[in-house]
Amino acid sequence: MSKVLILAEHNGSTINQSTAKVLTAAKQLNPQLIDVVLFANNTDLSGQVAAMNGVNEVKYIQCNDNHDQLAASIAPTVADMAGDYTHIFGPSTTFGKDVMPRVAALLEVNQLSDVMEIIDANTFKRPIYAGNAIITVKTNTAQIVATVRTASFTAEKSTDGTATVTESTLTSAANHTSFVNISTGNSDRPDLQTASKVISGGRGVGSEENFKIVYDLADKIGAATGASRAAVDAGYVPNDMQVGQTGKIIAPDLYMCFGISGAIQHLTGIKDAGTIVAINKDADAPIFEVADVGLVGDLFKIIPEMMEKL
Amino acid sequence: MKILVAIKRVVDYNVRVQVKPDGSGVATDGVKMSINPFDEIAIEEALRIKEQGKADEVVVVTIGNNDAQQQLRTAMAMGADRAILVETNDAVQPLQAAQVLLKVIEQEQPGLVITGKQAIDDDNNQTPQMLATLWNRPQATFASKVEFVDDNKINVTREVDAGLETIQVELPAVVSTDLRLNEPRFVKLPDIMKAKRKPLDVKALADLAPSLKGQAIEVTNYESPQPRQKGVMVETVDELIEILKDKGLVS
Repeated sequence: MSKVLILAEHNGSTINQSTAKVLTAAKQLNPQLIDVVLFANNTDLSGQVAAMNGVNEVKYIQCNDNHDQLAASIAPTVADMAGDYTHIFGPSTTFGKDVMPRVAALLEVNQLSDVMEIIDANTFKRPIYAGNAIITVKTNTAQIVATVRTASFTAEKSTDGTATVTESTLTSAANHTSFVNISTGNSDRPDLQTASKVISGGRGVGSEENFKIVYDLADKIGAATGASRAAVDAGYVPNDMQVGQTGKIIAPDLYMCFGISGAIQHLTGIKDAGTIVAINKDADAPIFEVADVGLVGDLFKIIPEMMEKL
Repeated sequence: MKILVAIKRVVDYNVRVQVKPDGSGVATDGVKMSINPFDEIAIEEALRIKEQGKADEVVVVTIGNNDAQQQLRTAMAMGADRAILVETNDAVQPLQAAQVLLKVIEQEQPGLVITGKQAIDDDNNQTPQMLATLWNRPQATFASKVEFVDDNKINVTREVDAGLETIQVELPAVVSTDLRLNEPRFVKLPDIMKAKRKPLDVKALADLAPSLKGQAIEVTNYESPQPRQKGVMVETVDELIEILKDKGLVS
């Protein structure tokens, strides 16, 4: 029988929804138990994890400063615990991608990156070539380390969990690495990775100023905002808005994009969306091949018209 | 200081790969091969650090078959001083690649290792982190900016989901590159000629790293992704809004 250890992700005050998605994936192993390890400097967070249905034990590791975010500091502790488990899962977010390969290296196993489907306790599916191919992989190591592609699993909103919480203190803090600062886009809009609706803009929007109408439409329908790599590279929007293979992989109910041509790397980030709506002035843009609803036209005319009619 | 740049030969990013009908792999015969784009950014960053006078040598290394010499020559045409091919005809997974690169590090003693955050074929995003772990040195992944604080300390700005995070690491360290770190230079014809005379050392993987730990993950099947259903094209905003309302996506 499988025993799963999940690495929780948080922003200091709230558990990231990626944790609930990894939990959903872990449950598909039909495991004997699921424990969660949480590195933080805020004990409220352990309560949030304990309330998740299906968690057996929350291992809260008290951290100083911001060591909870540093892979070199926390990976040795995760690896030390791993002997008691068959599966060690983390989210396939920038946090999980930073930490989990270190855990795998300490356990001397290759990692399964971006698990999108669980076939059985040893067999999984994952994308390669930016999602142009899906491989079925099998591994029989005593510990299986994986990052879970969060867009492939839904987050259960449960609060009836009754996990026990054990507390200890981080002893593996690295002294060769230190946190300096973080700058975030800081918008009041819904979080791009968990929003049910996302409005995105691309190079066709044309400038930072022009992005205002994209934001206006997003606010009108309560959507998060995203962007293509081209729009980020051009400096129209900050990097945390990038959707795609090297940005965020998202699965909202509605994804509506303006002035995005649809490079394969962008399509990889949205192919799990419920409904994709594309507005582009180029009728031959590849985005129309994946869009559920397409409209050829000028976004600077279409967005104001939508604002008026919605 | 010496900078070691690890690169991988991959199917060019413009090629849309196809799964073979029998599910045994992807068709790579005759397709264009290139330096992994993230690794090209790693080469460029190493060259810029050298041009700032912070490093005196850029050594580029790859693990692969003999054809990978082409990508090493391209890296030297960009400006790398010399190259190492760790030759093998077998596919090498991240944990094994990290062990091989550690052997190269032991021989070369670089002050900084720069490599792409992931290869665009297997999309694993593991080797830099694993290398840093085995080397017992810091890592700075997904870098969009590298700044020297002093001779043995760098500040690295990282592209993370929440925005831009800056961390400070002591050297030696492993930096993995993200897309916006720099724009790699174009290679000029005279540099291609010059690169032919630069040293390229070939070592057999079996000689350099005879006993690699850890077992490989087995791939049992390749398949094409499920295509999305063909959608509809509408002519007017009114039609679009009607569809969205029907689906309950807007009110």
